[in-house]
Amino acid sequence: MVLNPNIIFYVLIFFSVYVQVFFLVTFFENRRKIIVRNNKIKITKYPAVTIVVPCWNEEATVYKTVCSLLNLNYPKDKLKIFLIDDGSTDGTWNAINKFSHYPNIKLFKKENGGKYTALNLGLLHTETDFFGGLDADSFVDPESLVRIMSYFEKDPSAMAVAPSVVVYNPKNLIQNAQKAEYHMGVYMKKMLSFLGAINVTPGPLTIFRKKVFNDLGPYRHGHNTEDMEIAYRMQKNNYKIEHCNDAFVFTSTPGTIKKLYRQRLRWIYGFINNTIDYRDVLFRKKYGNFALFTLPTGIVSILAVSYLFGQIVYDLGDFLYSKIIQVRTVGWHFTAESINPDFFFLDTHSALFLVVFIYSFVIFAIIFGRKMAEGKWSFSPNIFYFLIIFRILAPFWFLKAIYNTILKRKPSWR
Amino acid sequence: MNDKIDWKKYLIVFLITISLFLTAGYLSNYFSDQKINQIKLIQDNIAINILSSETQFSLLQELSCKNVSGSLLSSELDELGRKLEWGQKNLGDTEEVSYLKKYYSLLQIKDYLLMKKISQSCKVKSAFILYFYTTAENCSLCERESFVLSSLREKYPELRVYSFDYSIDLSAVKAMLQIYKIKDTELPALVLDDELLTGFHSIEDLEEGLLKSFKLQEAKPEGDTKTGS
Repeated sequence: MVLNPNIIFYVLIFFSVYVQVFFLVTFFENRRKIIVRNNKIKITKYPAVTIVVPCWNEEATVYKTVCSLLNLNYPKDKLKIFLIDDGSTDGTWNAINKFSHYPNIKLFKKENGGKYTALNLGLLHTETDFFGGLDADSFVDPESLVRIMSYFEKDPSAMAVAPSVVVYNPKNLIQNAQKAEYHMGVYMKKMLSFLGAINVTPGPLTIFRKKVFNDLGPYRHGHNTEDMEIAYRMQKNNYKIEHCNDAFVFTSTPGTIKKLYRQRLRWIYGFINNTIDYRDVLFRKKYGNFALFTLPTGIVSILAVSYLFGQIVYDLGDFLYSKIIQVRTVGWHFTAESINPDFFFLDTHSALFLVVFIYSFVIFAIIFGRKMAEGKWSFSPNIFYFLIIFRILAPFWFLKAIYNTILKRKPSWR
Repeated sequence: MNDKIDWKKYLIVFLITISLFLTAGYLSNYFSDQKINQIKLIQDNIAINILSSETQFSLLQELSCKNVSGSLLSSELDELGRKLEWGQKNLGDTEEVSYLKKYYSLLQIKDYLLMKKISQSCKVKSAFILYFYTTAENCSLCERESFVLSSLREKYPELRVYSFDYSIDLSAVKAMLQIYKIKDTELPALVLDDELLTGFHSIEDLEEGLLKSFKLQEAKPEGDTKTGS
């Protein structure tokens, strides 16, 4: 038996494989319960819903966002829309003013206080039993709301229902990579909903029973990830969060590495710090799979990504050091050895096969997530863009988030 | 709901994960064995070739110079050396690998003795370096010396380098250490034309010695294939 002395490495690989197998087993257990509705559906009662659109400098997209809300296949008199200008400095207020004559749309303008304050202002004025937010850079599918509401009708114990968030109009490599990632997100969120262990109720169109906020209080800052903090709070209080896989929301995604980095830094920072805030939940079995699976999974992935990155940096440094010594000793020269394609020199450590297993599971997740989102089984090169781009970039925001947490520096929104 | 935890599932997933680990371990072992077998095959091949050359040489004595090729085995020995070095790094320092390494050292010595005899008898232009290094401790000079030697070997195809791990437990290597009085404090050590050089030697140093050695050979009466003893 070939043994690698690097125990930490194998422990992390073990947990990573465990997580993927856990998702897969959950999938096979529940696959018959995954329903994708392609047609228009009707529900018996259409409860009134308030949707709040917090806007901060979103003049470019907010018009389209509101139009998509107005296009929802839902009775107009049951849908209240609040457009809240959170102290924008651009033409957002003018953009939303175009909707002032709609009877079911209310406009608010306030001083900038952060997204959670805008949502809370909306909550304050909400008189309906259901409440949801929609980010001003996202667009809803016309059928999304009615499909979400069908979950509440079916299950009176459901306290929040999250939609499937997919990438809107991907244009470049970075956005196509995210498209694959969001497909994986659809799959994972569905599996987490089967486990009762969802840890984010995404800003784009998660619908809550208003009771959640009456019982647990309004949104909090939540380290700039208020949609994560409220999900943690709900899990802590045993409030059920569902995922409606066929309710689609299209969201604009960062188109540059820098913007992606900032967004992910905020997400990971939010994960780390909300988990620290809710550390008393961790590994406590009364909080269910959320405490025993979701949170540990996030922690393991942060450790694994950071560790593997450290190892790559070390290996690269080692290689460069050796090359430098070679060059200093004998000067530049290129040997034929380095391009000798002999199978013998292919690394066949058990880690290689384990990594292949993990990648296979991830690829399955992306393909199945796409099946749930687009209704087709297909393989797209986006998967490789995702695997390669995120493999290279993710460690940077992971490490920076850890660094910021240690120094208690808070990342900005954008 | 939240408070129901399916412990059985956690266990099943654990067992599946374990079985994936075992599968990965099995695959890894399978390929390691394949590699070890490949090394063994090359070694057996070289052993047969050396034995055959030796026998041929003894049978025909010096008359056979025409048939003896100077670069007889060097490429095969080189390949073997590289694969063994890689194996030691990547397959772990197992008993099997260290056995193969001993065998390799022995083959090198046999090749050295044979080639030396051939070059003397047939006046083939050649040079030999015996190189002693250590893997027992971190030897940065050994690493640098290895670069120098590979570089030299590329430049002079007539040069044959035989490398030996100082700490190898093989009486034949120990005998050489005694002959040339090599101590572990003086590593890396080189033997060029029966002269012991200890410590790091740059490419220029060795090149000088090499050229001297070649010149000595040329200075001797030019031998052609007809030269008898």
